[in-house]
Amino acid sequence: MSMVFAPCLTETTAPTTHAQPAWSPYDNNGGTCVAIAGEDYCVIAADTRMSTGFSILIRNYSKIHQITEKSVLASSGFQADIRALQKNLDARHQIYQHQHNKQMSCPAMAQLLSNTLYYKRFFPYYAFNVLGGLDNEGRGCVYSYDAVGSYERSGYSSQGTGMQLIMPVLDNQLKSASPLVLPLQKSTTPLSEFEAVDLVKDTFASAAERDIYTGDAVEIVIINREGVRRELMDLKRD
Amino acid sequence: MFRNQYDTDVTTWSPAGRLHQVEYAMEAVKQGSAAIGLRSKTYVVLATVNKASSELSAHQKKLFKIDNHIGIAMAGLTADGRVLSRYMRSECINHHFVFESPLPVGRLVVQVADKAQVCTQRSWKRPYGVGLLVAGLDEAGPHLYYNCPSGNYAEYHAFAIGSRSQAAKTYLERKFETFMECTKEELIRHALFAVKESLQEEELSSGNCGVAVVGIDEPFVVLDPKTLQAYIEALDSGKDEMQTIEETGADDRQSSQVPQEGTGSRGISVGASEDTPTDMET
Repeated sequence: MSMVFAPCLTETTAPTTHAQPAWSPYDNNGGTCVAIAGEDYCVIAADTRMSTGFSILIRNYSKIHQITEKSVLASSGFQADIRALQKNLDARHQIYQHQHNKQMSCPAMAQLLSNTLYYKRFFPYYAFNVLGGLDNEGRGCVYSYDAVGSYERSGYSSQGTGMQLIMPVLDNQLKSASPLVLPLQKSTTPLSEFEAVDLVKDTFASAAERDIYTGDAVEIVIINREGVRRELMDLKRD
Repeated sequence: MFRNQYDTDVTTWSPAGRLHQVEYAMEAVKQGSAAIGLRSKTYVVLATVNKASSELSAHQKKLFKIDNHIGIAMAGLTADGRVLSRYMRSECINHHFVFESPLPVGRLVVQVADKAQVCTQRSWKRPYGVGLLVAGLDEAGPHLYYNCPSGNYAEYHAFAIGSRSQAAKTYLERKFETFMECTKEELIRHALFAVKESLQEEELSSGNCGVAVVGIDEPFVVLDPKTLQAYIEALDSGKDEMQTIEETGADDRQSSQVPQEGTGSRGISVGASEDTPTDMET
């Protein structure tokens, strides 16, 4: 039953149109992010193009930010908000380290990110995040978020302007059972690290073909037991 | 120190122009177990005497990391020190958030000093009962400061505070001119010798002392008991063992002839006598 106050019986309420604001605090800088979790690795990738409207601002801007030893955040959306969000998380992580004498685990950071986003529920960070890393057991984990902090752990995910081009391809290659199906399946994929990186490169190359906001180069970060490694692959610049 | 009729409030001056409550706060620092700091051209080392209140308990933590480039050692009411270190950490994080660069040590020290001064001029507060040795690095190089409960601070080549610190100070005064050219290992050696002086009867071990180091390209770190024990054992066996302890430390020796830094003050406080309020009046 919806709580609607009944309008006055003699008048009909005309629908009021909200005037178009002259200025928006947000802008979409475009771009796509992808992450794939493996048995003992995690691959996080994002293109390096930053756009506004139909123009390109920067061809080599990194959307990836390493917050802890084992967590890497990739975000597309409004980069100013994203930078502020990254700095916020860094500061919170520093405090955590002072208090607990150790780094935050990836699941802990995932929760912190969710809370940080919801904190600004009524003036959100225009950020579409994918958090990737290794959990406490050393297994790959991927968490994907909406703008206000709703999140879920999964085996793979993508966000951003190329998400709708990439996600079906990942589903096709990595299909994991729905988290609603019991018994709960492991949320990691059976690919090897090399195959996962190759898949990421293919998906970005494909997305760059049709999504105008994705291109220039893709930055790929791989976390495994040995540490963190970076790769950069060129994409079409048109 | 005898009781006066002007020492009830911190906001009451004595006819001699002294604030006795503040001096009593500095007395609390002198009662705490010793803390020592010393620096070279590239490193600052802090060392503390860790006294456990009973055999059953662990000792109080007196060395705190404030940021990658700053750390402190405290003597006195360690609870007050913990609160101050939380404030200092918060200031460093906020500065880094806004300016994306490390907070210069000198600035942080002034902020702490101003915070301490507030407590000497409010009738509803009491002065902090802790002295802080602040070790840090900035663009100008390594620094060692002492923050006093009175709200005063000064920079030092080397300093010692707390109970039986005079013995350590005597050692430091003898040796401080050589500190600038010291390697990291030599500096830690000097720190441990100074701690030994403060311990007097007791034997030095990783159980009753703590050491922390910060250097150019080396973030502030409190040495773990194993590394510390190795340094302590090396004290007796002489210099040769030292080179093998730290893999990275061996190449710190600077062979270039750089003139000694021309700082105004000698920096070593010559055993401040307990009756004259030298700390407050400089």
